[in-house]
Amino acid sequence: MNSMVDKEYYPDVVREQFAKSEGVPSLGALASAPVSRRGFMQASVAVGGGLMLAFGMLGSDSAEAQQAGGGRPAGPPGPAFAPGAYVKIAPDGKITLYSKNPEIGQGIKTGFGVILAEELDAKWSDVTVEQSPINAAVYGAQFAGGSLSIPMNFTTLRQAGAGARAMLVAAAAQQWGVPASEITTSDSTVIHAASNRRAGYGSLATAAAALPPPNPAELKLKDRKDWKLMGKRFTGVDNHALVTGQPLFGVDVQLPNMKVAVFEKCPAVGGKVASANLDEIRKLPGVVDAFVVEGTNNVIEVMPGVAIVADNTWAAFSAKKKLKVTWDESSASKDSWNAFSAKAKESAKGPGAQELRKVGDVDAGLKGAKKTVEAFYTFGFISHANLEPQNTTAWYQKDPAGDRLEIWGSVQIPDGARSTAAKVVGVANDRAVMHQMRVGGGFGRRLMQEFVSEAAAISKQAGGIPVKLMWTREDDMGHDWYRPGGFHQLKAGLDEKGKLVAWSGQAISFSDQTPGGSKRAVNGGGWPSPGEFPAEYTPNYRLSQTLENFHIPCGPWRAPGSNTAAFIVQSFMHELSTAAGRDHAEFLIETFSNKQPAPAPAAGPGPGGPGGGGGLNPERAIATIKAAVERSGYGKPLPKGRYHGLAFHFSHQGHFAEVAEVSVDKNKRVKVHKMTVVGDIGPIVNLSGAENQVQGCIVDAISTMTQEIHIENGRPQEKNFDTYKLARMSQAPVVDAHFLNTNYPPTGVGEPAFPPAVPAICNAIYAATKVRIRTLPITREGFSIA
Amino acid sequence: MAKVKLNVNGTDREVEVADDQPLLWVLRDELKLTGTKFGCGLGQCGACTVHLNGAPVRSCSVPAVAAVGQKITTIEGLAKNGVLTAVQKAWIDHDVPQCGYCQAGQIMSASALLAQKKNPTDADIDNAMQNLCRCGTYVRIRAAIKSAAQALNGSAS
Repeated sequence: MNSMVDKEYYPDVVREQFAKSEGVPSLGALASAPVSRRGFMQASVAVGGGLMLAFGMLGSDSAEAQQAGGGRPAGPPGPAFAPGAYVKIAPDGKITLYSKNPEIGQGIKTGFGVILAEELDAKWSDVTVEQSPINAAVYGAQFAGGSLSIPMNFTTLRQAGAGARAMLVAAAAQQWGVPASEITTSDSTVIHAASNRRAGYGSLATAAAALPPPNPAELKLKDRKDWKLMGKRFTGVDNHALVTGQPLFGVDVQLPNMKVAVFEKCPAVGGKVASANLDEIRKLPGVVDAFVVEGTNNVIEVMPGVAIVADNTWAAFSAKKKLKVTWDESSASKDSWNAFSAKAKESAKGPGAQELRKVGDVDAGLKGAKKTVEAFYTFGFISHANLEPQNTTAWYQKDPAGDRLEIWGSVQIPDGARSTAAKVVGVANDRAVMHQMRVGGGFGRRLMQEFVSEAAAISKQAGGIPVKLMWTREDDMGHDWYRPGGFHQLKAGLDEKGKLVAWSGQAISFSDQTPGGSKRAVNGGGWPSPGEFPAEYTPNYRLSQTLENFHIPCGPWRAPGSNTAAFIVQSFMHELSTAAGRDHAEFLIETFSNKQPAPAPAAGPGPGGPGGGGGLNPERAIATIKAAVERSGYGKPLPKGRYHGLAFHFSHQGHFAEVAEVSVDKNKRVKVHKMTVVGDIGPIVNLSGAENQVQGCIVDAISTMTQEIHIENGRPQEKNFDTYKLARMSQAPVVDAHFLNTNYPPTGVGEPAFPPAVPAICNAIYAATKVRIRTLPITREGFSIA
Repeated sequence: MAKVKLNVNGTDREVEVADDQPLLWVLRDELKLTGTKFGCGLGQCGACTVHLNGAPVRSCSVPAVAAVGQKITTIEGLAKNGVLTAVQKAWIDHDVPQCGYCQAGQIMSASALLAQKKNPTDADIDNAMQNLCRCGTYVRIRAAIKSAAQALNGSAS
């Protein structure tokens, strides 16, 4: 089975993270969800009494103690905090659960809390959830990406909850002199029904902490029918803090004597500072210092630029506006979209530079087909546009025992950001600490964390003062790791019954030529994997790839690869069913019923990353399509002027079928009235959170239909929300989100609900107008979203 | 630079500000009221929305000196003695936030809307709620505003 470490889907930095954390199981292990043979539990008496249950990889007992949480100034060392804990129960009955992964808006802090509380049999109102410390030695991989938090941690967290529960039961059994087997639990209470005795978890916590912890392999986890919490709706655990404006995010960090920094880089990636008006800048009000940062000339670390350090944000922003830099652009990007577009149209006429997959005989299949359809699809660059602009607070501290680095970051891979920044400023890896802050939007942007290294470098060069690096919105949009644009040439054949018999495709994408880049295909540019649907569902199939050199960073963007592959494949599938004069749902179901026998190699974990479910399953695909058809009334008459479009996509172990209901006015303004979304992601942890993700995916998908970052002479053109538009309230449709709640292993939902939305809407636009959208953004074809 | 007195959440605060310093950065950097967020600096996204005498404004685009003599209310000033407003409660009941970064601004806009219109229509909500939510929580924001309206009307009658 493939290791996640090998997945092309992930940027190198993520793969390094996986490689570092020994405990990351293979996909096969995930699918069967076994107990790690290295798993162990460790109990200790918590500060102030009570039970602290650690559960994790061997070696955690040697890990350096850290303070929990983040965002607070580094004060004097507090009482020792046992790291690695997932569960803490205080004598007063207060239960604290620790969420190991970054909260980026995917709701993991609530989800992880629900999983732990379920097996602990805790009363939800007794529970507080906190961000755990960042410590790879204790927690293994801690990151938010690939919709992987749930599949990678589901079993571990259940065991942690069940282990704590078992110890509380054992403590009660000892105190009461009854067999543990006669004891039950409910609502944070241990119960011996036969003798009518009850004890709250808090009253047993200190005694439980003295007992030997159970072997995780011997714990019995709850049957699904006995779940009391999982599958219900929970409001987010940080919601009270959010609606009252409490400091949670990276931008909210305040340290004593902290300064605010801004950093100006060349607008065309790769440019170096030739000169700058530093003397003038240093004289401006509130400016503490201004200097050239040489950087490492690596886009994932620190590119060259000018840093301004000021007393406050406004002084820094104001000075940045007056900064004049002359750039040496001899090595800078000169890429332009129009030049690539012209080249791609030429490439599309040929077979493609490199063959990625070949099954059967495509030429014969096309020749023998009753009908062939050919199309050229294009999609532009887009930005992540996290609403919290990139920022980091870093404090490089001189220390005779070895210099230290302390970081407060809104990041998706905290340990990766920490170790990279430490390397960049020459601090030993074990002398650098990361405090994970709540993240004001991830979407993949914060898997790439150069802004953390920048903050560390500026703190060091400024003389070892705590510095909050603030990117302006223009910095953020102008220096993104963009979802790459791309091009696809497609040709397919249908037999006399209108069945798909041959499919030929050429993906025209980019090779990463950024400073320090991989020289391989950019993330999300080409096909998610050579096994992408319909590779295994067509007797004759060919896929080739042509790459153009590109010098601007591209990176993972929510459902990388899949967010465009779904648009192309599912729109083209609709072109085929239309050409065949067939019902689209029936055509899709027929295609999924046509899984080809070997020798087609396994598609591996499927496009868009691994998870816990074993790849695209045609039965699950068909079930979601049928349910979406039924719930939406697809194929039945609609009110005048309303039209349906249907699409399916599998990614991140999630099977999603979606139906769009739209109307289009005479000015080509598209109104999306309703989206019906049916997903199979296994059992649901927090239904409210899952529905929220689906609703968000739909709005995000609608946003992307009119967004574009134009690249001209190496310079991304759009810099703020005046020219790069996000969907607003009036454009959000009604969303009917439904989950099949199967017994397959659970997976995340932040990504897989996204990809089918755009083709479903485009297919509905075709139904309404007979105009086929083959270009994103749709504004290039004169359409807009009402 | 000028020393000015700002009335924030019912308390007079004396601060030294630059003439062109937006209210947003005085709130965040000088008064450490970081609930009000920076998103774009152009008044486009609304993450920085606060009330001036009850009216919603984009604090990134209002110089602090222009707010002298007005009642400034921020997200931190909505709840009184720890009692959440109907809007804040509705936001929790509907589990509105995803990342949550825009939500302070959304709540300030929604609160101002409900102070103006007891029963906002969908069109009223579309017009008043021009704040961006990158996570796309609009469906829930709409539902929460309607719930809050109901709660407010119920308690008034």
